[in-house]
Amino acid sequence: MTMDLRDLYQDIILDHGQHPRNFHALAHPSHSANGHNPLCGDRVTIYLDLDGDKIKDVSFVGRGYAISQASASLMTEIVKGKTLAEADALFKSFHAKVTGGEEISLPSELEDDAERLEPLTGVKTYPARVKCATLAWHAFEAAVKSGALGATVKTE
Amino acid sequence: MSFDPQALRRDFPIFANNPGLVYLDSAASAQKPAAVIDGVSNFYRTDYANIHRGVYRLSAKSTELYENARERVRKFLNAKHFGEIVFVRGATEGINLVAYSWGGAFLKPGDEVLLTELEHHANIVPWQILRDRIGFKIVAAPIDATGGLDLAKLEALISPRTKLVAVTQLANATGAMVPVETIARLAHAKGAKILVDGCQAAPRLAVDVQALDCDFYVFSGHKIYGPTGIGVLYAKKAILDAMPPFQGGGDMILNVTFEKTEFQEPPVRFEAGTPDISGAIGLAMALDYVDAIGRDAILAHEEALTGYGVDIVSRLPGVRLVGAGQHRLGILSLEVEGIHPHDVATLLDGHKVAVRAGHHCAQPLLDKLGLGATTRASFGVYNDERDIDAFAAAVKAAQRTFKTVTR
Ligand SMILES: Cc1ncc(COP(=O)(O)O)c(C=O)c1O
Repeated sequence: MTMDLRDLYQDIILDHGQHPRNFHALAHPSHSANGHNPLCGDRVTIYLDLDGDKIKDVSFVGRGYAISQASASLMTEIVKGKTLAEADALFKSFHAKVTGGEEISLPSELEDDAERLEPLTGVKTYPARVKCATLAWHAFEAAVKSGALGATVKTE
Repeated sequence: MSFDPQALRRDFPIFANNPGLVYLDSAASAQKPAAVIDGVSNFYRTDYANIHRGVYRLSAKSTELYENARERVRKFLNAKHFGEIVFVRGATEGINLVAYSWGGAFLKPGDEVLLTELEHHANIVPWQILRDRIGFKIVAAPIDATGGLDLAKLEALISPRTKLVAVTQLANATGAMVPVETIARLAHAKGAKILVDGCQAAPRLAVDVQALDCDFYVFSGHKIYGPTGIGVLYAKKAILDAMPPFQGGGDMILNVTFEKTEFQEPPVRFEAGTPDISGAIGLAMALDYVDAIGRDAILAHEEALTGYGVDIVSRLPGVRLVGAGQHRLGILSLEVEGIHPHDVATLLDGHKVAVRAGHHCAQPLLDKLGLGATTRASFGVYNDERDIDAFAAAVKAAQRTFKTVTR
């Protein structure tokens, strides 16, 4: 196997892909959004419970391959309890890493979280997979921006 | 001649340029032999000019090569008349042409178009677009429990309202063969026409449109070792003669005034604008290549590989072969337990094994089978048993990575 692939399919991704965390719908979400990648059929729905600027709770349901599901699972673990600004900063830095954009520096208290996303950045050598790895984050952003339930975002 | 995939592989420069490549995606598109690549390039270097209407020698030569390519396709399909061969962009455009031109002129509200559950989107969506304009009904003949077409149910669904039966000859998502000759008889007995989607069949077996007695036959050049951007629509002469144009423009006219236009005879009536000249010529070269190997030899090879593949894949623990009825050819679609097909394909790519993962443009079929996506391996003349062994080994490695099968 090539090195890139071993990087990509690390135990942490397999673990989250096969046993996703926070994998359920919220009973009373304040926001939600569907993410769909029509190219490969991957789907996630993100549920948020916001208290002002604070992410009180977050969950998801979805189907797709390990990378998109692991990414969603990791995201929910990481952003729970954070502020929207912090989540946004983490997304921007993650997005830059997987798309080969300019590196974005994060405040030191977010560095550990960014570190946890590191295994997913192996997708950068698989352009067709980048959209799957960021699908949950795009859906999260859409849920926040729409300010409502049931927004839809497509990534291709 | 004994069939030697290893020797044939040397005809395909892609393999020299990608050492170790295990190419199992010919159903999506076949690789190109040097004869086609160089032939197209040489045509541009030595004989190229726009066709028809040109009075100078180079244009006459280019026209001759283009029309010779049409004759080459006629022979390949054993069509009766040269004029029954229309060059199109591919099977998709061929079906859209039939829907727009023939369907638009002859289908009425209350009519039915009978498809099957095995169809590629290219043989579904054009009919839906037309249905929404005209208001006829689309009916889909079901598959049986083994994944093959249920011929008895199809027969029962052909009624006096049925104006067209449009079926694939070989299902691209599963490899299920369809007895189109029988279906043609059944359709004609009820006064319906039949369109055969030969995309996957034409590269794998001899096609004789007169023996099949089909009214329309389409295939794509790129799946039969030819260039992209070129394909063929065959239609019986009497049907083509009665069909209005598809697109309007240059070449397809006899006389144009602002008041009215007189159209050319087929096939030119259906080839508006400058066609894919080099594509048609390249396709003719690809057909030469295929016929030099021999279509019976290719069929025997594809059957042998399919048999071997079924055998190997059925013995892989945690792998389920998707059913394709009684007769499967050239294509294996499978589920690897606990691993999403996109993960399988990504991991296989790490072993230089190129396969396709997804719905294979046949969502209604996968829905019916209760699957969102599958992993698909498909064969060409350059594949041999070692490719299938490499595929099986890579699937096992993926299972080890995912720890779904530990042995
Ligand atoms: C059975 C079948 N029909 C139609 C098509 C569409 O062919 P094209 O994209 O070359 O027009 C394909 C290609 O995947 C196919 O396999």
